[in-house]
Amino acid sequence: MDIQSCVEVRNEWDIVSARQLGRNMAKELGFGNVDQARITTAISELARNIYLYAGRGKICIEPIDQLGRKGLRIVALDNGPGIREIRKVMEDGYTTSGGLGAGLPGVKRLMDEFSIESTVDVGTEISATKWLR
Amino acid sequence: MTAKDALTERYQDLLSVYLKAKTETTLYKGQQFSRKLLEQQISPEDLVSLHIQVMDELFPDMTEEMRDSFDFLLEAMIGYGFAYREHQSLRDKQQQLESEIEVAASMQQTLLLSDVPEFEELDIGVVSVPAKKMNGDYYNFVKSGSSLSVAVADIIGKGIPAALCMSMIKYAMDSLPEEQMKPHLLLENLNRVVEQNVNSNMFITMFHGVYEPESHKFFYAGAGHEPGFIYEAKEDRFHDLIAKGLVLGVSRTTTYHPYERIIEVGDMVILLSDGVTECRTSKGFIEREEIVSLIRNYMDLPAQQIVQNVFQELDRLQGFELRDDFTLIILKRMV
Repeated sequence: MDIQSCVEVRNEWDIVSARQLGRNMAKELGFGNVDQARITTAISELARNIYLYAGRGKICIEPIDQLGRKGLRIVALDNGPGIREIRKVMEDGYTTSGGLGAGLPGVKRLMDEFSIESTVDVGTEISATKWLR
Repeated sequence: MTAKDALTERYQDLLSVYLKAKTETTLYKGQQFSRKLLEQQISPEDLVSLHIQVMDELFPDMTEEMRDSFDFLLEAMIGYGFAYREHQSLRDKQQQLESEIEVAASMQQTLLLSDVPEFEELDIGVVSVPAKKMNGDYYNFVKSGSSLSVAVADIIGKGIPAALCMSMIKYAMDSLPEEQMKPHLLLENLNRVVEQNVNSNMFITMFHGVYEPESHKFFYAGAGHEPGFIYEAKEDRFHDLIAKGLVLGVSRTTTYHPYERIIEVGDMVILLSDGVTECRTSKGFIEREEIVSLIRNYMDLPAQQIVQNVFQELDRLQGFELRDDFTLIILKRMV
């Protein structure tokens, strides 16, 4: 369980596989029902973004252990068009397609830590962590 | 006991009481409990999870399907949690913005506060109230030598952009040469400043007047501003105080016509912004005659009390909801 597992995202079915992967790992790590649901929702959102805007990419899930503090990290990677105005997409209410409606700021609030790096025409890497309480 | 444990316990109590005797009282308590949940920012999915936990304890023999259905409900609630958190974050942002505007508004108040100068010959009253937090009307009194200079301006538009623009007008006026300037020349000067510095979709109307106590002459000029009134005591009549001219900021080369008239003892000069004449009641816009008759009702009072009474009446007529910034000034020659 120490190695990260990844799911390729190319179509909507892959979103489900990514959720499944995340839920299994969250369960194993001992996350409660609510946090499991939050983690899988975050995964859904990130995977949906890949599917809608980049076309393809991958979602990786890894357990983390920092000095005995356990958690789960989601990494979403794609080689898509990148995000021109990161500040804008991190604003509430800025969503360009339906989705769950809250987009990246929503994901940030569901998780404990969140970081995003994006280069136009190169791709985007988003990583989000949830700590076990 | 943590806050969360306390909530769980309370919810368990309420729910078991309700399940035993389904009374309206318990439901009412449930409703009050939801207020407490909101106070502590418990999101919807947390409440569902609380419910699941309590149900597990109350009914250890719950069927598996029932148990699973709760998990499904939990998943379905996540979207509401999403929306709830977004709402909280937007509300925080709104509070922050409001307090920033509050600071800006009080700063504007200090910047624009114009002391009403004391004149033996003149009784001066002024009221200026913004419709929103920031005022797009501007008035200014300056005592230079023995004469009084008075200006009223209205920025077309309301709120923050108008307020910013008005601050500029104040500084433009402050930076004009000290010596007495005739109103039409002052407007020409300001017009150039506005034309150069203000976006072409923003216009400013202005009235400027100078009263000379020695000659009892009132010199004035207007730039598209709502006409005021003159009250002639001798005839006991109100006239429109018309000063024609183009609004500020349209063309660089606009010139303004100089007007003057003699002010007799008991006469009044009434200046206003269009927030006064554009007062709307359920019957439509207020007529200028109605304003005149309001002023007439209070005419025997000191100028400050006249303007305040007129404002209060108009405010009341509009249901205490000003639609536009409101400025009313009265100058009354006493001796």
